[in-house]
Formats: sequence, structure tokens, C-alpha cells
Amino acid sequence: MNESTIREILRTYIVRELIRDVSYPLTNEEGIISGGLMDSFSLASLGVFIEEQFDVYIPDPELTVTQMDNLDQIVSRVLQG
Amino acid sequence: MLTLASREQYTTLLDADTLKIPDDRPAIIYLETNQAPVIVTRSALRRRIHQEAASLVNLGLHPDDLVIIAHTQSLESIYAFWGALAMGAIPSMFPTLTDKLDPDVYMKSMGELVRLSDAAAVLTTDEFAPVLRPLVTAPVFESARLATSSSSSLFVACQPNAANIAFLQHSSGTTGLQKGVALSHAAVLNQIAAYSDAIALREDDVVVSWLPLYHDMGLIAGFILPLVQGVPLVMMSPFDWVSHPALLLRAIHDYAGTLCWLPNFAYNHCAHRIRRRDSQGLSLATMRLFINCSEPVHNSSHQLFLERFRENGVRPEMLGVSYAMAENTFAVTQTTPHCAARVEVIDGKELELNRYAKAANIDAPAAQERVSCGPPITGTELRIMDDSGNIVHDRHVGEIAIRSAYLLSGYYRRPDLQPFDGKGWFLTGDMGFLSDGELFIVGRRKDLIINAGKNVYPADIEMVINQVSGVRAGRTVVFGVADEREGTELLAAVAEVLTEDEAERRAIGRAIRLEVARQTSVTLSYVHLVGPKWLLKTSSGKIARGANRDKWRRETMTIP
Repeated sequence: MNESTIREILRTYIVRELIRDVSYPLTNEEGIISGGLMDSFSLASLGVFIEEQFDVYIPDPELTVTQMDNLDQIVSRVLQG
Repeated sequence: MLTLASREQYTTLLDADTLKIPDDRPAIIYLETNQAPVIVTRSALRRRIHQEAASLVNLGLHPDDLVIIAHTQSLESIYAFWGALAMGAIPSMFPTLTDKLDPDVYMKSMGELVRLSDAAAVLTTDEFAPVLRPLVTAPVFESARLATSSSSSLFVACQPNAANIAFLQHSSGTTGLQKGVALSHAAVLNQIAAYSDAIALREDDVVVSWLPLYHDMGLIAGFILPLVQGVPLVMMSPFDWVSHPALLLRAIHDYAGTLCWLPNFAYNHCAHRIRRRDSQGLSLATMRLFINCSEPVHNSSHQLFLERFRENGVRPEMLGVSYAMAENTFAVTQTTPHCAARVEVIDGKELELNRYAKAANIDAPAAQERVSCGPPITGTELRIMDDSGNIVHDRHVGEIAIRSAYLLSGYYRRPDLQPFDGKGWFLTGDMGFLSDGELFIVGRRKDLIINAGKNVYPADIEMVINQVSGVRAGRTVVFGVADEREGTELLAAVAEVLTEDEAERRAIGRAIRLEVARQTSVTLSYVHLVGPKWLLKTSSGKIARGANRDKWRRETMTIP
């Protein structure tokens, strides 16, 4: 799966399931948690989704606001495998 | 242990078993993701508490002074709280600063609390202290200073009077800060004796908690009860737990946990968001009780949790329920240990039209499941009253009124707020019914949303939104939306705006979400912008919350 596909799958998941507004134009650098779009509970949701969707397990110490606050950071972490 | 029979041997919280017998048994085990556990023995805890207390005396604090604890949740906050108690002061835990909160707004809110409550000092982290100092009128003392300014060996505990206020509990938000619930030593000890009896507390119990200490469930059940009773407390920060929920299960597995209090959403959070590989091989079979408390209990959340963690040893009889509130110190009711909570199926239509909980078949069109909160604990009298103050019969819905030996002394320095009626009854603002001696909750009279166990006053959130540029001042409504998947009420906001430009509306929507996140402890799940005159008002000119929620539902239910 290439980067742009991963990015779009994640973007769709975040706006649909976490922000709950499919028309929300989420940008790549926008702070998802620091910007108040979702709460830190959603980090755990992201961890589950990423494992199910991409078979990538992100250990707990990396599931933090500092490391997973925007789409660029999340995509980059998924690509690391 | 403090029991109903041994109650007279305990005068104040300073008689806590953990402090009275300072040996090498673990008092607190503090866990953090990616860090080694920190084990604090009883003797180390006592030494550290006495050191804090001696420092507070040295710094000029006196018995009965109000001391605000504004820490991130950590062992430091625990030492500060008990240190203040040990020298006779009145500690109060303030909500912690989170990643998304604006530090300026947080510090201003702290300044407001200090002003309103006339606090004598603020105890905080080394990092917050220099920021906070210019913003509050009271002296600010950081951890490093409290840990070094005196020696524990010099300290002699000041044994207060049992009727003295032990500590205050505040809800968050502007509304919550104005009503500090003052609890006496006697009230707290009465509650712990009665509640320990209700959960059949044992000396070999182990409490596991991720709960915040500024909330009654976290403060009493997840902190004071185990320390008073001398049972080990395994704890973690709520901020760590929400992002890493498996931490709780690992703690139960590693330390053979037996008791754990959770708000309803936490059952869904664990079931949906703990990855299989993180829970594999963990045993929860040592648990006696997971106690669902602090927000409406959904049977579906219990079933979800049970189904997901059955392989880890969770059984139906472990799932208990308690109805609790800060004004009663903590618990009002508790289901019987080792018995699954009773579930009643009632006719929702009859409930709405006649306020009567008529039994129904689960397949009936308006059938609703309600989970029992159990009978009142020893020492609590409970009544269900109608609008005229008359007691209603079984299965009839009314406001829950309580009277007990562990109710609040009053709201701190608010003589204008009288919590009781002439006969000592406290009207809870919650609506419910009794069935065979057990309490069932059906709703609330007061204007309050419970989001993930947190009490949220919609007016506080509306005030923030009304200040966002582009929003028509005073034309905003915030309400709760029950969410089955999350097991809690999510927050929705509808705001009137003048602009019809899509890009401008987007920017306003973003600003609303951002400001609410920065200025309050919650996140909005839905933001709906509408044109002028959309909002409905009551005949007295107030924004009609329920009617606007219904209108929002109708308007948005077609959006995918």
C-alpha cells in the first residue's frame, strides 16, 4: 500500500469515526488532539484501527499526543511498520 | 480495619491504618507506561507525608487553612494532599492541566478558585509554580520546596476535631468551582466504614485505579479508602490510561487486583480499544468487583465488557454498580457483592407519559433496560419524592432525596447555598425509582451532562462558544447526546452564525472546537452551525436545550 492510499484511509477514518463530520477538510499538519478535534481517548482507537487496517502494531509508549497529533505524523509512523 | 463495629476507634483520617502501622508493606504502587513501577511502602509514605506537613508548618500554614493542590496526577500530589491533612489544613484537589488545555486559561481559573475560596496556599509542581505565582493572591509552594524545607522527624501530627472539615471536593468548570463540597473527618470515616461493609472489603483486597483524584470516585474509592483501610493501592494517571487502556488490565494481572471502580464509558473504552495482543494471557480472575459508577449504567456496556474479557476471567458476578455523589462523600447505594446487578426491562412510553416504571417484555416496542444501582448502604436513608415533596410508591419516578451520616457539612464559605431541607434531606437532582428496595436511575432534573464520568455544566461550554468570533453572542446551545458505542453522553453544540460563506463557517467551527478544548476539560463531538433564528426558546426566553436537541437530531440524522 502506498503513502497516499494510507493517508486517505486514515483521513477518512479520522473524519468519519473520530471527528464525526465527514465533510471536515482535515489537513495534513492540523493538530487533531491539540486542535480539539478529538480527545486523547481516540489515540487508543487509532492504535486499534492501524493494527486492523495495516497490520502495524504501535506500542503504547508511541501512542502519545506528541507523536500522533497530526496526519503527517500518523502516516509516517504507519510507514515505519 | 475500619468497620461499622470498629468505627469508634477512628477519630480522623490521620488514624488511617496505612499510616498507623508504618512497616514495609506496599501502600501505593504507581504505574506509568514504559517506566518501572514505583513502590511506596507504608513507612516511606508516612515519612514523606510528615515531611510535607512539617514543611507546610514551617512555611507559615495553620490548621483549617484551605490548601489547593494543583499537581499533575502523581505521587507528589498524594504527598501534598496527605501532608496538608496531617498538619490540620483543608486540602482540595484541583483538576490537572492537560495537553490540550490552554495553560493561561488554566492558571486564570486557578486564580479564580483561590480568590473565591480564600485559599491560604497553592501546592504545585516545580514547573507550574513560577507561572502560577504572579496569577494568584495566595503563596505558591512547589514540590521541591516542600520536600526539603523541613525534616519529617520534627513533625508531630495535629489531630483535628472529628467535626472539622477534612477536605473539599470541587467539580470542574466555572459552575463547579463556586461550590466546594466540604466534608468532615467524621463524615468521610462514616462513609468508609459503611461502604467497606457494602462491598465486603477484606484485608487481602487490592484496589486498582486510573481515576482522577479531583473526582469523588477517584478521591474516595480510588485513594482515601485503600489508605484508610490499609489495603494496597495500584494507581496510574488517567491521562496515561485513556491513551493506553491495557495498562489497567496489566495492573490487575501483575498485582492480583480485586477492586476497581469505573465510569460506564470505561467498559466500552476497554472493550473496543484494548488490542487483542495487549490483553492476551492477562488474568482478571482475581477481581471481586468492577464497580460501575458516576454516570448512567448501560447493561450493553457490561455485556460488551463481559464478552470481550470472558477469556481473561471476567464473570457476570464481578460487575457491580454504585450510585454515588460528592455531597454524600461518595456512595449512596451499592449492589450486593458476588451477585450480578439486577436488570429490569420497563416500558419507555409509560415511563415518559406517567413516570411509572411498568415491567415490559424485552421485545416490546418501547422496552428499555435499566440496571439496578443496588440498595442504599448502611446509614443512608433514601426517598423518591414527587414535585410536591411527597414520597412516591415503588416503581413511580421522582427525585432522589437522601439523608445520611456522611453528607457534606455545607458548601465551603457559601452560606447562601443551603444544601438541605428543614429535615436534613439532600435533594440530589437525579430522578429514579425504587423496586424491591433497589434504586434505578432514569434521568436528571439538573442541567448537567455526564461525559466520560465528568460532570459538565452546559452553560460553561456555551460561555466559551459565545466568545468565539463569528458566533452570535447568546445564540448557542450545548447538550448531551447518548452514544451507545461509547457508553456515555457525547457533547454537541449548535451555534448561530451570520455568515453563509462555507470557508468562514469552517473556520468558525474549527475555532469553536479549539476554544472548547483549550478552555474546558472536554472535547465537542458535534459542532453544528446554523443561521439566525434557528434556536428555539422557552416561553420565558431561555434557550430550550431539549427542544433544540430534538431539532438538531431531526436536521442531522439524514447526514451520513
